[in-house]
Amino acid sequence: MTKEPDAVVIGGGVVGGAIALGLARSGASVAILDEGDDAFRASRGNFALVWVQSKGFGMPEYALWSRRSADDWNGLAGILKVESGIDVAHSQPGGFMLCLSDGELQKRVDMMHRLHNQETMTNFNYEVLDHAETKRRLPAIGKDVVGALYSPHDGHVNSLKLFRALREACVRRGVDYRPSHAVETIEPREGSFSIRGPWGEIRTGRVVLAAGLGNARLAPMVGLDAPVTPSKGQIIVTEKTEPFLNNPMVTVRQTDEGGVMIGDSQEDRGFDTVVRQPILSVMAERAVKMFPRLAGLNVVRTWSALRVMSPDGFPIYDQSTTHPGAFVVTCHSGVTLAANHVLTLAPAILSGTLPDAVSTFSARRFHVPAHA
Amino acid sequence: MTPVKDIATVAEAYDLIVVGAGPAGLSAGVRAAELGLSVLLADENPTPGGQIYRAITTTPVTDRSILGEDYWRGSGIVARFEKSAATYAPGCTVWSIGPDEATPGSFELGLSLGGKARMISAAQVILATGAQERPFPIPGWTLPGVMTAGAAQIALKGSGIVPSGRTVIAGCGPLLYLLASQLAAAGTEIVAVLDTTPRSNWSKALAALPDFLRSPYLAKGLKLMAATRGKLRFLTGVTGLAAQGEKQLGGIRVERGSRVETIPCDALLLHQGVLPSVNFSNAAGCEHYFDEEQHAWLPRLDEWYASSVAGIAIAGDGAGIGGAESAALRGEIAAFGAAFRLGKLGESQRDAQAAPVRAELSRRLRGRRFLDLIYKPAPQFLAPPQDETIICRCEEVTAGQVRDAAARLGVTGPNQMKAFLRCGMGPCQGRLCGPTVVELIAQTRGVSPAETGYYRLRPPVKPVTLAELAALPATEAAVKAVVR
Amino acid sequence: MFRPMRERAAAAALNFTFDGRPMTGRAGDTVAASLLANGIVACRETPVSDTPRAPYCLMGVCFDCLVVIDGIGNRQGCLVPLSEGMRIETQHGRRQFGEALS
Repeated sequence: MTKEPDAVVIGGGVVGGAIALGLARSGASVAILDEGDDAFRASRGNFALVWVQSKGFGMPEYALWSRRSADDWNGLAGILKVESGIDVAHSQPGGFMLCLSDGELQKRVDMMHRLHNQETMTNFNYEVLDHAETKRRLPAIGKDVVGALYSPHDGHVNSLKLFRALREACVRRGVDYRPSHAVETIEPREGSFSIRGPWGEIRTGRVVLAAGLGNARLAPMVGLDAPVTPSKGQIIVTEKTEPFLNNPMVTVRQTDEGGVMIGDSQEDRGFDTVVRQPILSVMAERAVKMFPRLAGLNVVRTWSALRVMSPDGFPIYDQSTTHPGAFVVTCHSGVTLAANHVLTLAPAILSGTLPDAVSTFSARRFHVPAHA
Repeated sequence: MTPVKDIATVAEAYDLIVVGAGPAGLSAGVRAAELGLSVLLADENPTPGGQIYRAITTTPVTDRSILGEDYWRGSGIVARFEKSAATYAPGCTVWSIGPDEATPGSFELGLSLGGKARMISAAQVILATGAQERPFPIPGWTLPGVMTAGAAQIALKGSGIVPSGRTVIAGCGPLLYLLASQLAAAGTEIVAVLDTTPRSNWSKALAALPDFLRSPYLAKGLKLMAATRGKLRFLTGVTGLAAQGEKQLGGIRVERGSRVETIPCDALLLHQGVLPSVNFSNAAGCEHYFDEEQHAWLPRLDEWYASSVAGIAIAGDGAGIGGAESAALRGEIAAFGAAFRLGKLGESQRDAQAAPVRAELSRRLRGRRFLDLIYKPAPQFLAPPQDETIICRCEEVTAGQVRDAAARLGVTGPNQMKAFLRCGMGPCQGRLCGPTVVELIAQTRGVSPAETGYYRLRPPVKPVTLAELAALPATEAAVKAVVR
Repeated sequence: MFRPMRERAAAAALNFTFDGRPMTGRAGDTVAASLLANGIVACRETPVSDTPRAPYCLMGVCFDCLVVIDGIGNRQGCLVPLSEGMRIETQHGRRQFGEALS
């Protein structure tokens, strides 16, 4: 075996890639242990939003954390361009949440009120738009759109390009990327860790769990807790078409290549990733109501992917108290939070102390007694 | 047979839905209908016959000697189907298959006809989606003027048209000779036939030779070779090919070891064998394995052609390449299997009725192995050595990009490659790049295609519009999963 | 590109246009075959690099025969039967909404 790396990141998706790049940029020698071609891989199935609007009810720190990443994302895109040569097509034109009934709109508005009544949410801007104003800003909408919420903080990116750019940048930085290295055990040993799989063993002083749903199994091995479960989401993508939609939305976005992505369903079906027609039909019907011009487009692909959800939906960032040097990083918004992961979290992990900004995200929050 | 022109007249549910109206699908449909099953046969083409018996009921080719007696045998198969009680939906694509949640154990298939989609239930499904030509990625294969040999044959059968200028046929496999003889008979100016069969294949195929010598393939093959070899310019031992031209084909550069020549031509017809079409069976969740001798992914099937997904059988060339006659026989056997599973046929009746069909099938397949081994494509035609050669025609991804990602970015399989390079994300859904991507990754990493894996495919396996999807029935649970 | 062979059964002639040019096809032929028979070299330009393409497999697999038919883009010419008066156009790159809407 070669020299022991300063840090080992378990998981080579967008989260693991971002942490590894951040560590390497801070001067660490890094190895990534990844699964094979058939991994669940939320990074291949996500919707590519850099999203702030509507996030953080019940945990305003999450709103701040998302906002910080969204604000830093342009910088990350520049870094990736330099470090990988890849333009990840990031833009922050502001995002819409289109509503197809008065009830839907009212529900969204109420939610935003509750969200913004929380302290620390004063710098978050959003607007409630009626049909006419939405139409003025998005001429392509259909008559069934009763209104929208708009936030200037939202953006999007080409998430597959992001995924590749992170890998490319890591490789150029000398990160030792090891595919087909599923991890079976992590054993803490006097301040270091012995990580094993069918492929052999690797030792390191710092280990970062970024294995998505795999974190649930790995975390207890190093005194951490990552109670994450899958949440199934289905996505439709159409053939490439001329540009018509610059702004991202939670349910419809057009990629820089021209395809239109349509989401976002949520189901708890364990690890089942079968695509099912009724949900596709509801998503298609709503997308066509939002943008009638989509009706004639051919669908080229559908897929489902598994979101990595914690019990409250917020990220988990922790360092093991029993085995310092072991960290867990898990969230379902690896794209939105990529800037934070590269620029803030990774350097902190290398320094050995997580920043105050993420102290709320410790898994200890799931163990607070009910009467507290 | 009851033809369907409007999707509204298709029933809600059938005992059996057969996908594909080639010899396997037609025979399966006939046999199943005879056994008392309600059958729907859906096919995307306007007329029955599949590719091998393409346009058998409508071909404008009147001189029967041009297409040969093997082709005209399809008339009998179609005639038998026409007399059956099956329902037939031409011009109908089947774009999805999944469990029918209302009727456990049954399937729900997404069908589209005339711009309208419906979900139809089936207790049993036979996929008879046949084969496609193996991708033949050489420099310039995307130029207008280059097409597959199968395409030229379809143009001939379906429309009675032939390439109008200097024509070159290149590659390997039995179809190459058949097409050369058909096109020559139809008056095409064939300036060269370029044979890429690797000489080293002979030693590997020798063990399978005795069977071949007793097979029906031999006489046919010899006749074809005799008919074409004498009259046409044959170049054997071809090791490299590159189609040349700016906006359209102008010629082909031919390497035979160190000898290089350029042959000016207006049409280039490429062929290096056929592969089972696995897109549908893959999307249906059927297990596949890599067959070294056919050098292709095949569905894992039992002796009734039942796949790993209970209730889905795969017949015809989709079950492994065997040719038209064996396809028809496999279709019948698959129908016996489906009828048995539905309780329409007892076990002993099933076995007894299938026995003579099986005997005939084994006679038909004798010698096939020799053909697989002798015509196994050379490595340089499976994975192009030139970096700039396009391997994904839809997204225009090159061989060099795939090799680079496999070598440097640690990409071990086609699904990760797809995420990084978009190969397989275009409208053909990986049909024209899948085998090549796997081959390139395998070669670069020094592992087998079996270890490399294949694309994980998802519906729709054929185009369907958002409007068609949107108009399909939804469930309350589905609405809840989306509108939150 | 292609020409009718000498012995070909007669069939009704159908009129159609390709990029506005009047052409004649044969009842029973597909759109792709009709274009080939009329000497059309390329039927589309790719969305990625604008390079010309022509029908490649004629059996519904390759999607290289995509054309605009009566205003609807990205249709597989090899699977659509020709009909009288059809308006066929080159598919220039990505799908256009003008097509999708008409």
